[in-house]
Amino acid sequence: MRLQLAKKMKINEAKAYVAEKLNVTLEELCDVVTMSEVREDLGLGLAHVEPCAEANAGMEAKFKIAKLLGIQINSVEKFKERAGI
Amino acid sequence: MSESKKYFTRMGDGAIVYMTEEEIRQDIEAGVQDAAKRGKIDPLTEEEKEKLYQIIAMPGSLVGVEHGMQVVTSNDSGSDKINTKCGIPTSRDTNAMIHERLLGCDSVDIGYSDYNYKTVKGVAKREATVLKQALNKCTMPLFYGAMPNLGFYTKPDGPVDNWAVLLPEGKIKEAMTAQEEAVEHAVRDMVYVAEQMHDVGADAFMLDTSGAAGDADFLAALKATEIINERFPDMPVEIGMAGEFVLGMHGKLKYKDVRLAGLYPHKQVKMVEEAGGSIFGVVVNTNSNKSFPWNIGRVCTFVKACTEAASIPVHANVGMGVCGIPMVENLPTDIVARADKALIEIGKIDGL
Repeated sequence: MRLQLAKKMKINEAKAYVAEKLNVTLEELCDVVTMSEVREDLGLGLAHVEPCAEANAGMEAKFKIAKLLGIQINSVEKFKERAGI
Repeated sequence: MSESKKYFTRMGDGAIVYMTEEEIRQDIEAGVQDAAKRGKIDPLTEEEKEKLYQIIAMPGSLVGVEHGMQVVTSNDSGSDKINTKCGIPTSRDTNAMIHERLLGCDSVDIGYSDYNYKTVKGVAKREATVLKQALNKCTMPLFYGAMPNLGFYTKPDGPVDNWAVLLPEGKIKEAMTAQEEAVEHAVRDMVYVAEQMHDVGADAFMLDTSGAAGDADFLAALKATEIINERFPDMPVEIGMAGEFVLGMHGKLKYKDVRLAGLYPHKQVKMVEEAGGSIFGVVVNTNSNKSFPWNIGRVCTFVKACTEAASIPVHANVGMGVCGIPMVENLPTDIVARADKALIEIGKIDGL
């Protein structure tokens, strides 16, 4: 979704871009079990937030997503600006 | 002679109907030809029509796409539907988290219950506060969304004369002028609201149900998108349509030298691209008097032509009464699942 918005990529191009950045296959990218592990390992955020101390969600996950995908996320930039980071 | 096997499907109003293979194939063909004739586009191929028949006649209530063909979702007034449609008293930032962590959505928009930019203008900074709270909590992209809804700019509660009153009186020029004035008001409101949402870091901006009041309504969405794109290039715009065909309420309005009245989806998307839009929300109307095979045959023909013409992602609107979905409040998942599968595998859409 973020690649469709940021770079106007169609779905197959966007999937290929993300799969390459995450070092997974297209099949794995569409697999909830694989992607839960990948997202947890990389701190990209999940639907559940357990264990809470180690889980990323919301802003902290978006910091990681922006860096990993090489895109700008507006709310992350605003957060940095407001927090003086 | 034994009676031919009949398959469960529905009419466009959601009513259950049983059809034979022959009847299903005939209705698919009629729907395809109707779209091809109206849109002056290519019909589906024999292979695609066969695939569509297989999807309709597939056993099981729920069907799904082949693994790897999953697409993403965007929506309109998503975060507010839990409140206004279901009557559940939650805040909209909580609703956004519900969409992300319970419903498995890929994005959602924060939208006001009176979902139009004229109304939102007066409370835009408060709306931006809700969006900012949601952005701090959510991982997925969040839009701010509303409708251009040009009809809201008419008297008595709007600034311009009502063209729907002027036209039956034969005051054609006055009706055209009123619509042109309304476009300027609407563009100003949309850009103002966009600025407030950009200030808090919105991921994107949604102009939903564009063209609802006709060609002037669509023009307002295109002009606003162009300005938003210039002023806030880091905030993409999605334009979702109101219908398959731009009504010529004005009739002579042009964007980039193209007359807007009468445009079908494969030409609408080119206008959105010209304006700088990032995602196009395609709509094909459901005919409630026709069967699902007729409707989805027609839908896939229009949508395939649109995605082939598009250089930006296309998301199909699959709510009540559009893109093959029956005209009912509580949607039957047997048809929703089949419509989605057909739109993805035959229509080649990029999202729902």
